[in-house]
Amino acid sequence: MGLRYLLGRLLGMIPVFFAVVTAIFFLIRFAPGGPFDSERNVPPQILENLNKKYHLDEPLLMQYVHYLNDLAHGDLGPSFKHANRTVNEIIGEAFPVSLELGLISLVWALLIGITAGGLAALKPNTAFDYIPMSISILGICLPTFVIGPFLVLVFGMWLEIAPVSGWDSIGDRILPSLTLGFAFAAYISRLTRGGLMEIRSLDFVRTARAKGLPESLILVKHTLRGGLLPVVSYLGPALAGIIAGALVTETIFSIPGLGRFFIESALNRDYTVVMGTSLLYFTLIFVCNFLVDVTYTILDPRVRHE
Amino acid sequence: MRNNTGKLAAVVSVIMAVVVVGFFLMKNRGSGTKIGADNFIHIGNGAEPKDLDPHICTGVPEFHIIMNIFEGLVGKDPRTLDPIPGVAEKWEVSQDGLHYTFHLRKNAKWSNGDPVTAQDFVYSWIRLLKPETAAEYAYQGYYFKNGKLFNEGKLKDTSQLGFKAVDDYTIQANLENPTPFFLSLLYHHSLYPVHQKTIEKFGQRWTRPENMVTNGAFALDRWEMNKIISIKKNPNYWDKDTVKLAGAHYYPTENLDTEEKMFRRGELHITNEVPLEKILTWQADKTGVYQTGPYLGNYFYWINVTKPPLDNKLVRRALNLGFDRTKIVKFVTRGGQAPAQFFTPPGTGNFMPKSALPADLSLVAEAKKLLAQAGYPEGKGLPPIEILYNSHPGHKKIAEALQEMWKSNLGVEIKLFNQEWKVYLDTMRTKNYQLGRQGWIGDYNDPNTFLDMLMSDNGNNRSGWASQAYDAVMAKAQKERNLNKRLVYFQQAEELIMEDLPVIPIYIYTRTFLKHAAVQGWYPNIEDIHPLKNVSLAATTLAKAD
Amino acid sequence: MSSIAITMPTPENPALALAQEASSSLWMDAYRRLSKNKMALAGATFILIEAFICLITPWIAPYGFEQQNLEFTLARPSFAHWLGTDTLGRDLFTRVLYGGRVSLMVGILASLVSVVVGVIYGAVSGYAGGKIDSVLMRVVDILYALPFIFLVIILMVYFGRNIVLLFVALGLTEWLTMARIVRGQVISLKQKEFIEAAVSMGIPTRFIVLRHLVPNTLGPVIVYLTLTIPSAILSEAFLSFLGLGVQAPMASWGTLISSGVEVMEVAPWVLISPAIMLSLTLFSLNFLGDGLRDALDPKGAKD
Repeated sequence: MGLRYLLGRLLGMIPVFFAVVTAIFFLIRFAPGGPFDSERNVPPQILENLNKKYHLDEPLLMQYVHYLNDLAHGDLGPSFKHANRTVNEIIGEAFPVSLELGLISLVWALLIGITAGGLAALKPNTAFDYIPMSISILGICLPTFVIGPFLVLVFGMWLEIAPVSGWDSIGDRILPSLTLGFAFAAYISRLTRGGLMEIRSLDFVRTARAKGLPESLILVKHTLRGGLLPVVSYLGPALAGIIAGALVTETIFSIPGLGRFFIESALNRDYTVVMGTSLLYFTLIFVCNFLVDVTYTILDPRVRHE
Repeated sequence: MRNNTGKLAAVVSVIMAVVVVGFFLMKNRGSGTKIGADNFIHIGNGAEPKDLDPHICTGVPEFHIIMNIFEGLVGKDPRTLDPIPGVAEKWEVSQDGLHYTFHLRKNAKWSNGDPVTAQDFVYSWIRLLKPETAAEYAYQGYYFKNGKLFNEGKLKDTSQLGFKAVDDYTIQANLENPTPFFLSLLYHHSLYPVHQKTIEKFGQRWTRPENMVTNGAFALDRWEMNKIISIKKNPNYWDKDTVKLAGAHYYPTENLDTEEKMFRRGELHITNEVPLEKILTWQADKTGVYQTGPYLGNYFYWINVTKPPLDNKLVRRALNLGFDRTKIVKFVTRGGQAPAQFFTPPGTGNFMPKSALPADLSLVAEAKKLLAQAGYPEGKGLPPIEILYNSHPGHKKIAEALQEMWKSNLGVEIKLFNQEWKVYLDTMRTKNYQLGRQGWIGDYNDPNTFLDMLMSDNGNNRSGWASQAYDAVMAKAQKERNLNKRLVYFQQAEELIMEDLPVIPIYIYTRTFLKHAAVQGWYPNIEDIHPLKNVSLAATTLAKAD
Repeated sequence: MSSIAITMPTPENPALALAQEASSSLWMDAYRRLSKNKMALAGATFILIEAFICLITPWIAPYGFEQQNLEFTLARPSFAHWLGTDTLGRDLFTRVLYGGRVSLMVGILASLVSVVVGVIYGAVSGYAGGKIDSVLMRVVDILYALPFIFLVIILMVYFGRNIVLLFVALGLTEWLTMARIVRGQVISLKQKEFIEAAVSMGIPTRFIVLRHLVPNTLGPVIVYLTLTIPSAILSEAFLSFLGLGVQAPMASWGTLISSGVEVMEVAPWVLISPAIMLSLTLFSLNFLGDGLRDALDPKGAKD
């Protein structure tokens, strides 16, 4: 795959990006409630002042044009909820935290997931299969909002060997990244096992085995590459999700990440933050999927991009 | 084959070993931390503040911080809630209760050393009322003469506003109506002074730690979003010798469970709340960290009186008599709340409502009779009534309990439905509901803060109840200068509510929190006011709380 | 790129009639292989029993699911309450039974929606390739980026609180990843000789996609499906936060688990029982899924 392909992908993204901006911009305005609705009814005159201040009194189309214009200049606008912050600043502060948490979790997920899945595929229908797969099922059934408090209870409260919240020391990274990574590890291990089993039955692997190659060599050299394809195509959205979708983990461990802004801004109707975070998420997905496609080509020479 | 399995197993064990070793290496943090050694108090503060601009903020977590970094004309004694001198040394009130004169102390200073003057207050109050500021609490300035007109943009001339600086250290305030709670109002953050030069220089970014100039006992030092806000002692504060703390750290503790665990790990001195499910455990704790106190707020259901069958007063009264308030507070909310037998919490601004709803099922027979009288004997023929609540485990539990009680006591079928917060507000506003929950925390310690909500033109009246008699008596109360007569009018208003029952009062709020034994001078009070100026940390060893 | 000699699988008989015959015997073979797999059979049995219990729950539940005893909250498991009681003194055994009805239905129906939409969409996109593929995949990208909360809220505003919406909303989110997986699989399949042969024989596209490509993607689809079901069951708890789904006091395993977390430290049994039921169900679904996958995989047969 050459430079032309890369450029093509990038250029192809522009209209899609534009479509996403438009779709989200109008979609979120259809939901009932506005950024200034609160338990205490804001008197109509004050509401008018507020709308004027944030240009919400202009026709929607005008607001859209203004937004596009600001966006073109890299300005995502002010937040309605966090009055002294711009969306750029919010993302600038929270994204590095989320990226770090996400990458550490991903390392956990891949380490645990591929090991467990590989082990299971190597000796299917034995204890090596059943035990890791059972744990992975637990990982799937027990969402982060169960795993997180559970880990906190065991390692934070009973054993008192890990911090229960915060984001300062290296220790603060352990429980949250494990919590977040565990769920993804569960999925990855299942996909790994499935993919490997699939490939192992293919002729070329059987040929290799017939030639008397040791099983470990077959696993690593022949099957792991192809067998990881389902994992890889899962990783694209998963990576984006792991970085942006860590709301629960972030709340449990009081981590100043981006995940909580996704839900919070939607619940607050903080339109600009919704836009900013959604666009960031879209970009993340694009980048991750792009990386996935590149990896795909490396892992599976049969896939060619024309 | 065996060989490979061995290798994989080895890899797994190495990973596990790393994890275990990692945990033990981390042991130095957490329980080992001795908080308070540097004389900073660590406070769980609920949510992440929206801003720290006194004119922009609306929430309680914001107020917790703002009351410590700013100072208004008057302060409040946290024990009695009586007004005490703040920036104003003394003040006079005219006979008719309409004119106030405040004499400012000459040694009050901003954190950058500038003096705090009468002009600062005039600038701030104009800023609050300016339409361009779009302050949600602008109506706190409506008590000043012409405040409302100015905020609505109908008046541009600031000299006609009901306040002026007589000289650098004297302010005169002229009110629309005699407002007995005016001094108490001055403690509200919307009437605090702000530093003009800083705001003009930095615009919306003036509340950043590097820019912010304040006049309170503390000054903003650090603000990392969703992580921490730190304030430290303001060396330019006029009364700095009284201030014992070196500063405070506020943590946004949205997850109550995490907050409680932080407290147990010795990372917090004060929590914002106690998780409902942990209240029993903490109540049993004998070390005295569990704190509970009254709070100026009521929890009630609105009844949409515009639609049958709830337009029928008899049905509304039957619902009000047909459940056990005591059981709800004892077994469902559990935080020591009082059953709400009135609409206005008793004791609000020396007001004691007279007629009471039953705290238990003593009048359930009457409820059944009323229901039969309305044409629904044993609930027969009554279509299911819907309870609307915003998604929250606590609201859900109360709704579930009420559903069961009304069903078994009166035979009334109830359906529950929950909505996400903003949708719920919208549904309530458009009166697309039958019973809808509401919690109301008073803005100031006066019955008016609860009772004016039910006036027919009040935007917060979601019931559709419009009583001319009520509006008339409330209007009289709001204009009355004689304090006793005023309370009589409020009494009449309360009676009218009890007569028509457009609401179902459920309980009076309490505040429950955990407080470390070392914390001194933190007094529970119904307005949840805790000026850190008076708080200190005792030199006891700050071991873990459990 | 490396030296792996890629020996393609033996091409299937390209003749249309023979292909049909082959595929019908494929299902027969699959059935035969499945019936030999003990774990899969055990899983299937468990699911069937569970489904039956769910059907008859209203007649066998010892209490009403809404029946409270406020003076007997968070009670430990006992003879009167086999699994203990919750924070309002309701019998957990009863609530877990009723919760199963909701959760199983949600999990299965929502997954069906996601499979049908995802497989067709992914297969078409992957098979068509070129411009169509990139347009379809960009649509998926856009849908990924739309804030889910708003979709749900708007769905509810315009269509009311309809239980069907629950499946639509859940299916809507789950099919996207499914489509991507199927597409990836199809792209790598379509270059295989048997497909190329089928194309050169002039077999209609629709037929190739449905008869050759889709069955060959079933392996990963079933694996992903066994992951979708629990995720749908748990997402239901989040949707009920948004007001969509079953209303209190009716429970689902998702909502039971999330309220169990709140009392994890003081009354662990409230969390444990629904979590165990959900796990057991998923174990069974997994064994059944793996069995099905192995059974449907013609290549795996000789292993």
